Amino acid sequence: MGSSESKIWVFVEHRQGQLIEVGLELVQKALDLGRQAKWKVAAVLVGHHVSALAEEILTYGVNEVLMADDPLLKDYCNQAYAKTLATAVRHNQPEIFLLGATAMGMDLGPRLAAKLRTGLSAHCIDLELTDAGELLAVVPGWGGSIMAKISCLRTRPQMATVKPGVFDLPQSGQPRGRIITLDPVVDTKDITYRIVEVEREEVQQSDLDTAEVVVAGGWGVGAAENWKLIQDLASVLGGAVGATRPAVDEGWAEEKQMIGTSGRTVKPKLYIGVALSGHMHHMVGIKNPDLMVGINQDRTAPIFTHCDIGLVGDFKEILPKLITAIKPFFDR
Amino acid sequence: MRIIVCLKSVPDPKHWNKLKLDPETKTLIREGIPSTINPLDKNALEEALRLNEKQGGEVIVISMAPLEMIPVLQEALAMGANRAVLLSDRAFSGSDTLGTAYVLAEAIKAIGNFDLILCGNETIDGGTAQVSAQISEFLDVPNLMFVSQIEYSPGLPFKVRSQIELGYRVVEIAPPMVLSVVKEINEPRYVTMMNILAAEEKEIQVWTSEDLNLTEPCVGLADSPTQMADLFIPERGRNAEMLDQDAEIQAKELADRLHRLGFC
Repeated sequence: MGSSESKIWVFVEHRQGQLIEVGLELVQKALDLGRQAKWKVAAVLVGHHVSALAEEILTYGVNEVLMADDPLLKDYCNQAYAKTLATAVRHNQPEIFLLGATAMGMDLGPRLAAKLRTGLSAHCIDLELTDAGELLAVVPGWGGSIMAKISCLRTRPQMATVKPGVFDLPQSGQPRGRIITLDPVVDTKDITYRIVEVEREEVQQSDLDTAEVVVAGGWGVGAAENWKLIQDLASVLGGAVGATRPAVDEGWAEEKQMIGTSGRTVKPKLYIGVALSGHMHHMVGIKNPDLMVGINQDRTAPIFTHCDIGLVGDFKEILPKLITAIKPFFDR
Repeated sequence: MRIIVCLKSVPDPKHWNKLKLDPETKTLIREGIPSTINPLDKNALEEALRLNEKQGGEVIVISMAPLEMIPVLQEALAMGANRAVLLSDRAFSGSDTLGTAYVLAEAIKAIGNFDLILCGNETIDGGTAQVSAQISEFLDVPNLMFVSQIEYSPGLPFKVRSQIELGYRVVEIAPPMVLSVVKEINEPRYVTMMNILAAEEKEIQVWTSEDLNLTEPCVGLADSPTQMADLFIPERGRNAEMLDQDAEIQAKELADRLHRLGFC
């Protein structure tokens, strides 16, 4: 087995020959933390026929790509993947091991942490590193109403799964670093289930992920026919429509439009929250916009403590007038 | 078929607005907030009951919790579980997911042979979704998460459908195993008064650390690998300038500002 000098490892997922963004977002964060601690960064890639992906990851500035390439690892099976990774971790002793909080990462992370008898922080929305090299993982609890910083002092590696979308993607450039091939350690008995069917919807990036303007609506919208006003405002501003969980539960918006702890993280320049309370479980999904605007009938609604500008009133009156006032600027 | 269902009692989310943080001790004040079975754990129990209504067998619920949570287990018995095991010991208190999974796994070993362990995919309070995968690692059996359908025919492997990003997959998998379920799997049954009365006859065993073969140092607050370094209510940071006038004026003012800032 090749030896790694890297102290921060990032598990980078791929599907159908494509790297998954959250893995690359974690590469960027790991490079930032690595600069701070003067630690090298490795991406860990598991699968079959993945050397082209390993080359691609090198262009994002990692020091190493640790690659486990084996026919038995072609399809994800948690026991086989956890065994592969645990063997590599025991051999190389990284300080930190990060995974995306995807369906795969949320399944693999805990299994691997238990195998290594180490701690794992779940669905983090930020990571900090102390001068002593201790990872502080910021984790939302109670639906996001309270945040905790979790540390893992005595066992290594310090592990965390991180929600997609909270960190920026890295820039690609000239590849540097090297690819280290991990010896195969799995055999057929590690493949503990047989996949008989996989169905994926076509992968489409939600326009919410890239939108510069997000208009989000909540429970207070009240009815499906009113939801059109949210869509109209987003449309006139060239933005995307987001929603809180109650709006999704009511069927006004789709699950993929949900922003917050159990939904997406968005990074718009302008966010307008309409007829939503502004509880943390929604607000944690909005990353530092330049301008936040809240529209709510209740002057004491928490949304106004998150916003730069607050409008008090009935959105059914305000939104049509706002749309009318905005339109001329685009017509010039 | 012997099915073990792991249950967690959680503060009823309808009362979460009463949650407070003690600024001194950085602990949550839960006073006045009633407990209930974690919603997805009810789906897990429902699925266990449905499987065994067809197959025959035993459904055992286990939970790691203080003794005050016995009524929550009684609710599970009233739903139809055959018996309950409560793991209750001050030494367990404050365990993180690894410690919790380890205690549950040791209790499952103590219960003995099982075909299936069912869990809710995550709890509504901690929400880490880690315990089921960690139980299966300690027991060295396969597990699947995000399970939305379980098909069983005697003599064949289980066919289990689970959600993945933007889709699902179906796998064939043989017991013993751990499956954690999502809410789409079923609609938990209502409990009738008759069921509640019948449940009073059923046994709830209480086990402490003495009853388990705990040899690994990961149980309890002090020995858990993860520790709470800080607990805080996120700063809101911005305090809106209120445009507190009639709708027309507010709309015009906001449109002008959005224009000045280059948004329109």
